[in-house]
Amino acid sequence: MSDLIRNSAEAQAAALAAGEVSSVELTQAHLDRIAAVDGAVHAFLAVTPERALAEAKAADERRAAGQARGELDGVPVAIKDNIVTKGVATTAASRILEGWIPPYDATVTQRLAGAGLISLGKTNLDEFAMGSSTEHSAFGPSRNPWDLDRIPGGSGGGSSAAVAAFEAPFALGSDTGGSIRQPAAVTGTVGVKPTYGAVSRNGLIALASSLDQIGPAARTVVDAALLHDVIAGHDPLDATSIPEPWPSMTAAAREGRASGSLAGVRVGVVKELNQPGFQAGVKELFQQRLEQLAAAGAEIVEVSAPHFEYAIEAYYLILPAEASSNLARFDSVRFGLRVEPDGGGTIEQVMAATREAGFGPEVKRRIILGTYALSSGYYDAYYGSAQKVRTLIQRDFDAAFEQADVLISPTAPTTAFKIGERIDDPLAMYLNDLTTIPANLAGVPGMSLPIGLAAEDNLPVGLQLLAPAKQDARLYRAGAAIEALLADELGETLVARATGLAAIEGGSN
Amino acid sequence: MSEITPETVRHLAGLSRIALTDEEVERFAGELDRIASAVSRVREVATPDIPATSHPIPMSGGLRADEPGATLTAAEAVSGAPDHDGARFRVSAILGEEQ
Repeated sequence: MSDLIRNSAEAQAAALAAGEVSSVELTQAHLDRIAAVDGAVHAFLAVTPERALAEAKAADERRAAGQARGELDGVPVAIKDNIVTKGVATTAASRILEGWIPPYDATVTQRLAGAGLISLGKTNLDEFAMGSSTEHSAFGPSRNPWDLDRIPGGSGGGSSAAVAAFEAPFALGSDTGGSIRQPAAVTGTVGVKPTYGAVSRNGLIALASSLDQIGPAARTVVDAALLHDVIAGHDPLDATSIPEPWPSMTAAAREGRASGSLAGVRVGVVKELNQPGFQAGVKELFQQRLEQLAAAGAEIVEVSAPHFEYAIEAYYLILPAEASSNLARFDSVRFGLRVEPDGGGTIEQVMAATREAGFGPEVKRRIILGTYALSSGYYDAYYGSAQKVRTLIQRDFDAAFEQADVLISPTAPTTAFKIGERIDDPLAMYLNDLTTIPANLAGVPGMSLPIGLAAEDNLPVGLQLLAPAKQDARLYRAGAAIEALLADELGETLVARATGLAAIEGGSN
Repeated sequence: MSEITPETVRHLAGLSRIALTDEEVERFAGELDRIASAVSRVREVATPDIPATSHPIPMSGGLRADEPGATLTAAEAVSGAPDHDGARFRVSAILGEEQ
C-alpha cells in the first residue's frame, strides 16, 4: 500500500479498476501519509478524513454495482483553499475568513465530485494567493519535500508540496501570475495553467479576475491531463467561460507519451525569458535539454518578445487594481471576521478595524497599491498604461506563435529559495514571477514540467511550455513527449528522488 | 520619484477601509514608493496609438438564458456572516453620533 501512494493517479485508477485495491484503502493510505508527514510539510490547512472515507465507500459501492463514474472514480485529490467547498471551511489562508463555511460548492468542486474523486482536504497558499512562497499564509508556510527549509513555491505551495510529498496524487491550484507553474518547478512536479476561460472560476475566491485560472498540479503530465479533463468546459455561472467544446487533454498527453517524439515541432526559445541573471544550474540544464529536444526532432528557433520586459510592471498594476476591488467584499458583514473597535463604532470604523486585523501585510500592500493605481489622476498613467502593455504582450505572443508551435523557457529564474530569504523585500519577491506572468496577461496556456536537478544545489528545475490560446492539447502532447524523452534519465517521476522527508519516513515506518 | 508619502498612504488606507497603525503607514510608504517607481515604467511604451486590453480572451455577451436557477436560501446566504438573525445580515451602526 505504501508503494501505491507513490504511483501516478493513472496507476491508482487502474488498480481500482482491476480490483487490486478499494477506494477506502487507497484513501486511508493517503490519510495515513498525511498524518505521518504533514506535521513537517504543512501542505494542508484542513484534512477531512471522515468525509473522504464516506465518499470512498460510496465510490467502492458504485464500482461494485458496475456504475463507476469514469476512470478517476475513487481516486483522492486535494483542493487549494481559495476554492470553495460546501460545508468545509475555506479560508484562502486569511484570518479574515477563518472559520467560514461556504454554503455552496465551486463548479470545479462539483465536477470533481461528479467524476467520483475523493477530496482529502484543503491546501495552503499565500493569503488570497498573493505570493510566490506560501510565506504570506496567515497559518504558516508550507515546506518543500526536497528540503524542508525551502519554499514549495507559491501561491499554490500547499498543492505542490502535497503532490510532491505523496500526500495526494494530484491537486487543484489557481494561477494568476504563475501560482501553479512556479510551485511545480521548485518541487519537481507538473503544473498547468489552462487557457483563460477553459476552467470555470465560479467559486474561486477572486484575486484578479482577468488573470485568475484554475488548473491541475500533478506528478505526471498524463495525470495533469486527467484532472484537467474533469474540471474544464463551459459553465454558465462564469461569464468569462469559453462556450466551446474541448478535445481530450488525456488523449493528447497519452499520444505524446507514446510517441516520445518532437519530430516537426517548432520550439521557440523566448530570449527575454532566459536571462543572464538566472541561476547557472537552471540555465545549464535548460540548454542541455534544448539540445536533447533538437535531437528528438524538434526545430529550435529563437524568438523575441520585446515587451515581456514590461510584463511584471503591468502585472503589478493590474493585479492590485483588480484585487483592491475584489477584496472589498470582505466588509465585516457577509463573511468571516468582524472586529469592533474599542467602545464600538460605525460600520465604516468596524470595517476598517476588521480589515486591519484580518488582512496580512502583503494583502494590505496590494490593496493600497491597487487603490492608488485606480485613483483619480493616476488611473491613465498606471492602470490605463498597464492595459496597453497587455495589448503589446499579446501582439508579441501572436508574432512568436507565427514562428513556433510552442514556446519554452525555464519556469523560474532560480530553484527553491530558503524560507525567510526574500520575505522582507516585496519587490525582489515580485521578480520571481518574471517568466510566468506573460501567459496570464495574454490568457495563453502554460505548463511546467520537471527536467532534472540543478548542478549547484541538487534541487528541481522546471521547463515552461506555452501554447497559443485554446491550444492546451498541444501543451499536453509536447509536455508528455518531453517527459517520455527524459524518463530514461529521470525515471517515471523526478520527485521519487526527493529526500527531504527521509528522516520522518525512516522514523515512522 | 517620491510620490507615495505617509500622507498618501493614510488617504489610500482610508479609501480602502483599512485602519493602519503609524508603523504600518511608514513602512508601506517606503515600500509602495519603490514599487510605484518600478511599475511606472509601463508608461515608456504605452503610447496613445496602442489600444487597452482589459480581458485576455475577447468575448461578447456572456449572458445566459433568463431562467430561474438554483439559488441559496436566505438562511444559507447569511450562514457565514459574523452576525445575523437567521435571514438577514445584522450590521453595525450606519451613522455616528455626529451625523
